[in-house]
Amino acid sequence: MEAPDIFSVLQAKFGEQIVDFLEEGTLNPTVVVKPEAVLKVCEFLSQNEKLQLDSLMNLAGHDQDGESDLSVIYHFYSTIHDHYITVKTFTPREEPSVVSIANLYRTADWHEREAYDMYGIHFEGHPDLKRILLEEDWEGYPLRKDYVPAEFYRGMRIEKVK
Amino acid sequence: MGALNNKFNDNILITSLDKLLNWSRSGSEWYFQFGLACCAIEMMSAAAARHDLERFGAMPRSSPRQADVMIVAGTVSLKMATRVKRLYEQMAEPKYVISMGSCANSGGPYWQHGYHVLKGVDQIVPVDIYVPGCPPRPEALLEGLIHLQKKMREEHVLAKKEA
Ligand code: SF4
Repeated sequence: MEAPDIFSVLQAKFGEQIVDFLEEGTLNPTVVVKPEAVLKVCEFLSQNEKLQLDSLMNLAGHDQDGESDLSVIYHFYSTIHDHYITVKTFTPREEPSVVSIANLYRTADWHEREAYDMYGIHFEGHPDLKRILLEEDWEGYPLRKDYVPAEFYRGMRIEKVK
Repeated sequence: MGALNNKFNDNILITSLDKLLNWSRSGSEWYFQFGLACCAIEMMSAAAARHDLERFGAMPRSSPRQADVMIVAGTVSLKMATRVKRLYEQMAEPKYVISMGSCANSGGPYWQHGYHVLKGVDQIVPVDIYVPGCPPRPEALLEGLIHLQKKMREEHVLAKKEA
């Protein structure tokens, strides 16, 4: 199935919950969904007879400009039907929260932890949401565009004095 | 040898004993391999057949308790830095540190925007030899080890340090 067809299937099923379809100027045609609907949509994507998107290739957090909403991007692939779709969801910068799909796709487990580590996005229902790369006592979320590194970490200077 | 260190006046016996100790130490630079990033590949290749570090008595060890020299090869992230320091403290005296590559020397390519990188391992442990390069060729590491041997040979173990 082509991406626009997948979009129309989703729109017929979920209506309001599907916000937008981005095709022009994007590398991967993208369906934009509401953050609370992510789990339901993904369940449908993985189980529907015609779609069977059984592989989550990638899950990434994203910060566009340091001001607007953060987003989470999911790349799906069907090993059965050989088709792709990208799903995207936006969540407010102040209290970013998205439903976790770690219980549906095991791939999402560590990827969601990484997005949490780097962008501070909270994944509701994740079995073990904690930092994956940085130390537990690290402050801030370094891949956010408005991140300013601290001066010291455990007594070690971070920026070199010139 | 802690209690006897630098306790004796120079005489022919002590001086020869010192020479013997220094010679044996410098001939067995067992190094604690700290392969943290790409530089580690060059360190491995220096230890492998073509460059053969063992010609100089340098043998890789994976425990700090058995090692004399710590070769910090690669990017020291802040998370790793705490471990580097702890493992250095676990090494038995006398101990030496070789900082290998730009990353361990000064932060290297992460000099400016590396929010997670320690800008120079000399901020947490005392470094004896700096080997420059990104990555340094095995020959450069060899030269670093030879310089360290020279340094070891000039040390006073039993004899009093010159004032
Ligand atoms: S100095 Fe260069 S080669 Fe060595 S660890 Fe750093 S980036 Fe890699």
